[in-house]
Amino acid sequence: MLTTMTVTTPGRGPLRRLGGHVRRVADAVATPLLPQDYLDLIAPLHGSVLRGRIESVHPETRDAVTLVIRPGRGWVEHRPGQYIRIGVDVDGVRLWRAYSLTSPPATGATVSITVKAIADGVVSSHLVRRARPGMIVGLDPPTGDFTLPLRRPAKLLFITAGSGITPVMGMLRSHLDELDDVIHVHAAPRREDVIFGGELRALARAGRLELIEHHDDTDGLLSTERLSALVPDLREREAWACGPAGLLATLESFYDTAGIADRLHTERFRPTILATGAGGSVTFTRQGTTVQGPGDVPLLSVGEGAGVLMPSGCRMGICFGCVVPLAEGTVRDLRSGALTHAAPGDNVQIQTCISAAAGPCRIDL
Amino acid sequence: MTVLQKKAINPVAHLSAEDIENLGVELDAIREQIIASRGERDAAYIRGLIKTQRTLELGSRAVLLASLLPPAWLAGTAGLTIAKILENMEIGHNVMHGQWDWMRDPAIHSTSWEWDNASPAAQWKHSHNELHHTYTNVIGRDNDLGYGIMRVDEDQRWRPFYLAQPLWNLINACFFEYGIAAYDLELGLNLTKRRRRDPEFRARAAQVLTKIKAQVKKDYVVHPLLSGPSAPTTLVANLTANLLRNLWTHSVIMCGHFPEGVETFSRRSIEGETRGEWYLRQMLGSANISGSDLLHLMAGNLSFQIEHHLFPDLPSNRYKEIAPKIEDIFARYGLTYTTGSLPRQVASAWSKVIRLSLPNGFLDEVTEQPLATVTRLARTVAPAPRREPVAAAA
Ligand SMILES: Cc1cc2nc3c(=O)[nH]c(=O)nc-3n(C[C@H](O)[C@H](O)[C@H](O)COP(=O)(O)OP(=O)(O)OC[C@H]3O[C@@H](n4cnc5c(N)ncnc54)[C@H](O)[C@@H]3O)c2cc1C
Ligand code: FES
Repeated sequence: MLTTMTVTTPGRGPLRRLGGHVRRVADAVATPLLPQDYLDLIAPLHGSVLRGRIESVHPETRDAVTLVIRPGRGWVEHRPGQYIRIGVDVDGVRLWRAYSLTSPPATGATVSITVKAIADGVVSSHLVRRARPGMIVGLDPPTGDFTLPLRRPAKLLFITAGSGITPVMGMLRSHLDELDDVIHVHAAPRREDVIFGGELRALARAGRLELIEHHDDTDGLLSTERLSALVPDLREREAWACGPAGLLATLESFYDTAGIADRLHTERFRPTILATGAGGSVTFTRQGTTVQGPGDVPLLSVGEGAGVLMPSGCRMGICFGCVVPLAEGTVRDLRSGALTHAAPGDNVQIQTCISAAAGPCRIDL
Repeated sequence: MTVLQKKAINPVAHLSAEDIENLGVELDAIREQIIASRGERDAAYIRGLIKTQRTLELGSRAVLLASLLPPAWLAGTAGLTIAKILENMEIGHNVMHGQWDWMRDPAIHSTSWEWDNASPAAQWKHSHNELHHTYTNVIGRDNDLGYGIMRVDEDQRWRPFYLAQPLWNLINACFFEYGIAAYDLELGLNLTKRRRRDPEFRARAAQVLTKIKAQVKKDYVVHPLLSGPSAPTTLVANLTANLLRNLWTHSVIMCGHFPEGVETFSRRSIEGETRGEWYLRQMLGSANISGSDLLHLMAGNLSFQIEHHLFPDLPSNRYKEIAPKIEDIFARYGLTYTTGSLPRQVASAWSKVIRLSLPNGFLDEVTEQPLATVTRLARTVAPAPRREPVAAAA
């Protein structure tokens, strides 16, 4: 791929040299900005950073919508099951959240995500209520390893609940032709809350997969006993699960006990916060800002609240996109309670999305 | 004791420590109100302004490609001057203050912004945000006061050198962006033999030179060359735009802390300063310019210098909204809200520069009659019978 690109790159030689000259002149005129900063004004999809334009908005359930997005320059094709991050301005503040891609790759030039509004959810509610065609959003390229292996397993089991259907829907829409034996257990409060309910049921009717719908309101919470009863050959199936933290924890301990932990692949939408304690003052050294960091709030949120440009990614401890140097102080891992200490000058790298202050800290940002 | 307390009338003598703390509480409340209501409207304002400024700049530069034609020269130069003023004042100065950091947009953030000025953003932020805003009007600490080369207060000993300070001030006004770069570098201090060798200073000086080179290349080489036969006229256009921008920004900034009625403070007076006292110093050490919305925009809202100094990191488009509340606080605490029209304040600041170039008492009449202060000493906060002078903390 790379070699063919180099060989066929047009404009090697004189044309390319001319391009180089034009760019240098443009740089010289645009200084102290970059030519792209001006380009951003007229062609946001071709500017200096990856952005996308919302092309259409489709309601799925009463609190979920699918957004079809046209990514701009810098996009790379995704693998089904992966997620992207989108940056939207809510009340003037740029907020980034991760959403799984629900479209197959290479569907022309657009991709889709499906967002479920959660109670008090700032970004999800904003997108569900206010996303409109034409809106420009920030994008981060696809990432994540909740994907199917290239050698497709013979027998598969998908276990999803609520909006956890999204990455699996991306896989089903892309790979179903290559999969022979698929059982999909999906849990939602009621039948009408099932995102992609119509499409899933149609696939089941066409015999493409076996769909088992579990409705919490009538059936109670999905338990492992019930799951084993519904899927008798569960142990023989390679499983992909995505849903609330409670369900995933239950599944993980069940698979662990059964000695088949390697058969289960999970995707979480948020970290499970287990350990909290006293916080401390947090200083962002380069910005020169000091704020109070509560013991149960990730440093990522603390910094964002103080207007610091915090790098971030999944916001739940898996991607390491939020790593910054802790110049001094102690932080607590909110998942395990483990303490990390940095003496002055140590610059220990910490994940801010799952770390909270455990005393005064200085962060090199 | 503060410099101001040595004056015949101590403007804070009537305030108790408690009054000053209450003042701080009231100001904090105003600040919180604005922070809580920052939102989409403000974000749209700054984005729209940046877009307008960039379009105006590009458009003006395009027009100047034909600057051989007098109307094109005139329109292009006017447009470029306005674009450069907007870029430095309402956009650059305020973005670098962190006024828009809350939007978390990396493209409009104090840590990433670079401006169309000789002084690199990082150095300007240090000398302006950290030194000037912290030590506002503290003689010997605040280099913005006279930039280290002028006599700014009667308490500073007069030396014959100061006779030429009106001239320094004029030269500084014309080359203001270089003046800023020089004092961000603390050139005066750092050019001594020992300091000159300091690697840290050399690194900073190299940054400034790189920045100046790029700036000069843009305005005085590349843009003129691109204009072909119009090269000489485009060069003059860029020189004019930079000169006008320098004169304008210098005037606005001089009005902020120089007019009669603005107080200066001694180093000792700020030891152990409380939040309320800090606010009080900002209130007494700054002066506003009254005028139209257009004036405020072109002044980067530094015409609300008092509001800006109280809340340097609140979005500039909100200063106008809080100004009446601030003025009301001045009135209730019996303080002088110094303001006046641009011509009056400029004249007042210049007259002070001229007066202080001469030994004290040389022009007695001017000293006694502050030119441009609006005095509201009506006091509605009932004073307790005995008052301690407060700003003299410690
Ligand atoms: C890899 C990955 C993929 C994701 N894919 C999708 C997707 O395809 N569709 C989708 O709708 N969401 C998805 N999410 C979740 C999404 O990123 C946001 O976390 C979610 O939309 C909530 O953001 P918010 O700003 O609305 O809520 P916030 O304002 O951040 O949170 C509000 C409150 O809700 C709680 N909360 C946060 N997240 C959740 C949650 N998931 N469920 C319940 N309560 C929560 C918070 O603790 C807080 O109390 C994914 C997350 C990850 C990490
Ligand atoms: S944001 Fe992904 S690990 Fe922290």
